[in-house]
Amino acid sequence: MSSSPTAGPRRTALDALHRSLGATMTDFAGWDMPLRYGSERDEHNAVRTRAGLFDLSHMGEITVTGPQAAALLDHALVGNIGGVSTGRARYTMICREDGGILDDLIVYRLADTEYMVVANASNAQVVLDALVERAAGFDAEVRDDRDAYALLAVQGPESPGIVKGLTDADLDGLKYYAGLPGTVAGVPALIARTGYTGEDGFELFVKPEHAVELWQALTEAGEGVGLVPCGLSCRDTLRLEAGMPLYGHELTTELTPFDAGLGRVVKFEKEGDFVGRAALREAAENANHEPPVLVGLIAEGRRVPRAGYPVVADGKVVGQVTSGAPSPTLGKPIAMAYVDAMYAAPGTTGVAVDIRGSHEPYEVVALPFYKRSK
Amino acid sequence: MSNPQQLRYSKEHEWLSVAEDGVSTVGITEHAANALGDVVYTQLPEVGSTVAAGESCGELESTKSVSDLYSPVSGEITEVNEDVVNDPSLVNTAPFEGGWLFKVRIAEEPGDLLSADEYTAFIAG
Repeated sequence: MSSSPTAGPRRTALDALHRSLGATMTDFAGWDMPLRYGSERDEHNAVRTRAGLFDLSHMGEITVTGPQAAALLDHALVGNIGGVSTGRARYTMICREDGGILDDLIVYRLADTEYMVVANASNAQVVLDALVERAAGFDAEVRDDRDAYALLAVQGPESPGIVKGLTDADLDGLKYYAGLPGTVAGVPALIARTGYTGEDGFELFVKPEHAVELWQALTEAGEGVGLVPCGLSCRDTLRLEAGMPLYGHELTTELTPFDAGLGRVVKFEKEGDFVGRAALREAAENANHEPPVLVGLIAEGRRVPRAGYPVVADGKVVGQVTSGAPSPTLGKPIAMAYVDAMYAAPGTTGVAVDIRGSHEPYEVVALPFYKRSK
Repeated sequence: MSNPQQLRYSKEHEWLSVAEDGVSTVGITEHAANALGDVVYTQLPEVGSTVAAGESCGELESTKSVSDLYSPVSGEITEVNEDVVNDPSLVNTAPFEGGWLFKVRIAEEPGDLLSADEYTAFIAG
């Protein structure tokens, strides 16, 4: 899987399998990834009601080890990483000195002195470079493990039953945002109860050479309960319904976590200084000065808002759509958008999205659009 | 997939039926429908309006994108498929049949449409 940047898109260990399944492929952050296998709406609904199987091998794994691994990550990231128990995971962010978001991350504590940082594919190199740079003076090693893992995700209400049949690991004891090493279908895996769909589910980090074997075992185990292969298209509509931000849309270097309504990930009370602390402290204090607010919008009509479309009210632009799609679950187009605070309250009337010149009425709602019943 | 022999095709991936009393039916091909993904919204030209060959006359919106709809021929719109307006997924499930888009009274014979075999070669190329 090591290819030079000029060699065209990178392919995952499951590439041939995707093609044999008739996947429509798409270039995503330099990777050739499945966009959908059949109908993206059917794939979306399968994850909401049954289960879906995803290849997410484009995600960027970075391992941090050593006596000061926790101290390094507490310095480099905005979260309290030293406070994460072994076997647990944490959603966090890496920011610039000026507080701008470089990426959002999931950090797994695999052992006392070993962490795995999972970055977005589009930002993996940036995150790796930043961690290496910020590691100066710490007794810790930052290792590029992007090629060491394939990542398969099983998501949806049937996923515990599917994975349970293939492992001796204690899945009932594996809470949301926890991860433990184990064996799935005879393959060594880091079994994590995480995802990006708003459903219960698992992410399985395995060696690339085991990816096909695991995919096939999961497919067989899920056959009777309606598991289907799922592409990135439905992953996007699933995370949008769940109100989860996507880097490059809701999160950018121009925004701090406070701008994105995610100031809770910044832990000022942790020990020691961290990159961005001063700027973020200021951003936290200014958060009361009515910056734009990230809201949900639900269409009254059927035209779909897209990223970048203006949000209008009272004859002027009051915001911008960051993500939009037809929602299979709601049966209507939905969007996330940053809007001026005075138009951000749920139920605000008179808000529209300018869809190629036509002002389509939208209802302002609180995020998320969808929350699973536990 | 196979492209019906009796239809003619544009390079913008519309199909045009053989005219009956000067009126042809227009839709998009299965190849185009597959490329779009699930169609969720259609904006079709209005009945009575005139369309020009190769010019945009509506929109097809799918989960991931919005695409212009082009007429393969110039003429006057005589009917639009209300079933597709109400259920855009017909474009995906039956692009050459129940998923047709509009009927047009042909004002001018189109010159540069492709046969089924030529269109099949065009999308393979």
